[in-house]
Amino acid sequence: MPALAKRVGIAVLIIGVLAGVGPLLESVLTEYAMRIIILCGISIILAVGLNLINGTTGQFSIGHAGFMAVGAYGTAYTVIMLEDHAGAFLSSLPEEVAHGGVLIAGLSVGALVAGVAGLLVGAPSLRLRGDYLAIVTLGFGEIIRLVFNNASALGGPTGYDGGRPAGLPAYTNFFWVYACAAAVIAVVASLTFSRFGRALSAIREDELAAEAMGIPTTRLKVTAFIISAMTAGVAGGLFAHLQSSIRPDDFKFDKSIDVIVMIIVGGLGSISGAALGAVVVVVALELLRDAQEYRLILYPLLLILLMILRPKGILGRHELSISYLRNLFSKKTATPPTTTEAP
Amino acid sequence: MQVFFQHLVYGLSSGSVYALIALGYTMVYGVLGLINFAHSEVFMMGAYAGLYCALGLGYQPDTPFPLVNALVVLLFAMMAAAALGVTIERLAYRPVRHAPRLTPLITAIGVSLLLQNLGILFFSATPKPFPRIVAETVFHVGGVVVTNVKLVIFGVSIALMLGLQWFVFRTWTGKAMRATSVNPAAARLMGVNVNRVIGSTFALGSALAAAGGILFGLDQTTVSPQMGVMIGLKAFVAAVLGGIGNIPGAVIGGIVIGLAEEFTSGYLSSEYRDAITFVILIAVLLFRPQGLLGVVRQEKV
Repeated sequence: MPALAKRVGIAVLIIGVLAGVGPLLESVLTEYAMRIIILCGISIILAVGLNLINGTTGQFSIGHAGFMAVGAYGTAYTVIMLEDHAGAFLSSLPEEVAHGGVLIAGLSVGALVAGVAGLLVGAPSLRLRGDYLAIVTLGFGEIIRLVFNNASALGGPTGYDGGRPAGLPAYTNFFWVYACAAAVIAVVASLTFSRFGRALSAIREDELAAEAMGIPTTRLKVTAFIISAMTAGVAGGLFAHLQSSIRPDDFKFDKSIDVIVMIIVGGLGSISGAALGAVVVVVALELLRDAQEYRLILYPLLLILLMILRPKGILGRHELSISYLRNLFSKKTATPPTTTEAP
Repeated sequence: MQVFFQHLVYGLSSGSVYALIALGYTMVYGVLGLINFAHSEVFMMGAYAGLYCALGLGYQPDTPFPLVNALVVLLFAMMAAAALGVTIERLAYRPVRHAPRLTPLITAIGVSLLLQNLGILFFSATPKPFPRIVAETVFHVGGVVVTNVKLVIFGVSIALMLGLQWFVFRTWTGKAMRATSVNPAAARLMGVNVNRVIGSTFALGSALAAAGGILFGLDQTTVSPQMGVMIGLKAFVAAVLGGIGNIPGAVIGGIVIGLAEEFTSGYLSSEYRDAITFVILIAVLLFRPQGLLGVVRQEKV
């Protein structure tokens, strides 16, 4: 019971801090800087979610943007439906509550739909050992854009704006993005450092041995994949309400690659590494914005070189913690002892 | 019936192009166990090599292009792609060959993106008209429209596949290739230079992909740096359908995908053209993951 109380306390503390920091940042920073910070938050959700399947479980998904798209359309559609059909009830509530409530409802539906898509994609491909998930998710990412391009109810190729002249309502703000990021990190972390997470690592290290130890590999792989898809759905929903409209082309293959680069830069298998990688990549992409065409060359080149020279990324599988930093620091100072030992 | 045969002709010609590309995927998977994502970009680069070679040989849109020149274009593209394939293997894949499973896969994605973006930088993202290096003549066979281009595509593909079959089963390098795909360590003990075999696998697969690129360009009349993505995906599905690692399987898979696509767009709707491949992939994974010609191998610890 004290553990639960402690967790609730931490959650309340985080919500309080976010609620306080959000308006403060908004008053100090420019709109542009604020947008980058929000994009960082969305990318953290994407990276931490993908890391669960690619880093911890060792399965290779390259269609994260596809699930993001499903979540984005699911969320936006739900929000518009709720506001169109329950407008009278919503307007009786205080504005903040109404907007937040609608967004949360939308995100829940977005995550759910993305999770179902994850089940449909994951179940056939994860039954098998090998790299089938890579090719199926690649195909899924392409097909899902085709589906949205042909879905006239969702705007087709021109995009979905809810049929409103002002576009989708801009409910995504600092508070909601980082509250969702905190929730996603909490869920993924508690899964990773549990029996479930250790089983996932066992699958990554040796699937055959894991199965011999009695781990139901298919079920766990599919579960991890569904959770990963759901987090992508949440990120997609938040992204949708940052834009005035969403188009199928917002969720191209490049977006999936962005997320893969984030988790590789940060260190495959590390949650804090994924979050760090997300921030590094978003900021780096923003700085490279002027050099667009070279960015497209540099980016894959960096990916290849990283794989050859430092495949474990910045943090490797370590988590960023005080003890890790202390170890790092003490190792650096303790390594050259021979020279100092002279009298 | 007439409509049926019409689709059959179209399906066989596009299917044989898929088969050519699928062979490269399946061969590399056979020896390395790696999905070579860059293969679709080798296919694209091969098509561009052919395009520039034809222009270099003085191709003019309105004057007939000599047959010898068309053959030169094909051979040049195949050689250029083979060189590209070997370079990719040497520079990007060999350093990570013994790394954990994910590392080579991510490297392959990186190489694929790099080549695609280099293509956009050098050739521009807008599609280019592909030279009609074979002048088109139309025949009517019992109401079915058949062009000599379709026949050339089908004929060249079949000839190349027969050539490959001869190479793999009748030459020493082919034997070494088969040995490596069964067991690289044992092959090395028997005196096979595994590095060389892997190199020649990449060279062969890439050359076939380039031939596929030329034939695709002839068929579709335009080429673009992004054309590899969807075609590569379909060819890979063809390889999985036939049984990955299995050479005749890749050919059958390619033809089946080509026909399925053509009949879907003919009898259902052309919007589902790309989706049918994906449906086939899921169906194969669910019902026959080893593919049509694959055998289930018991995994041993």
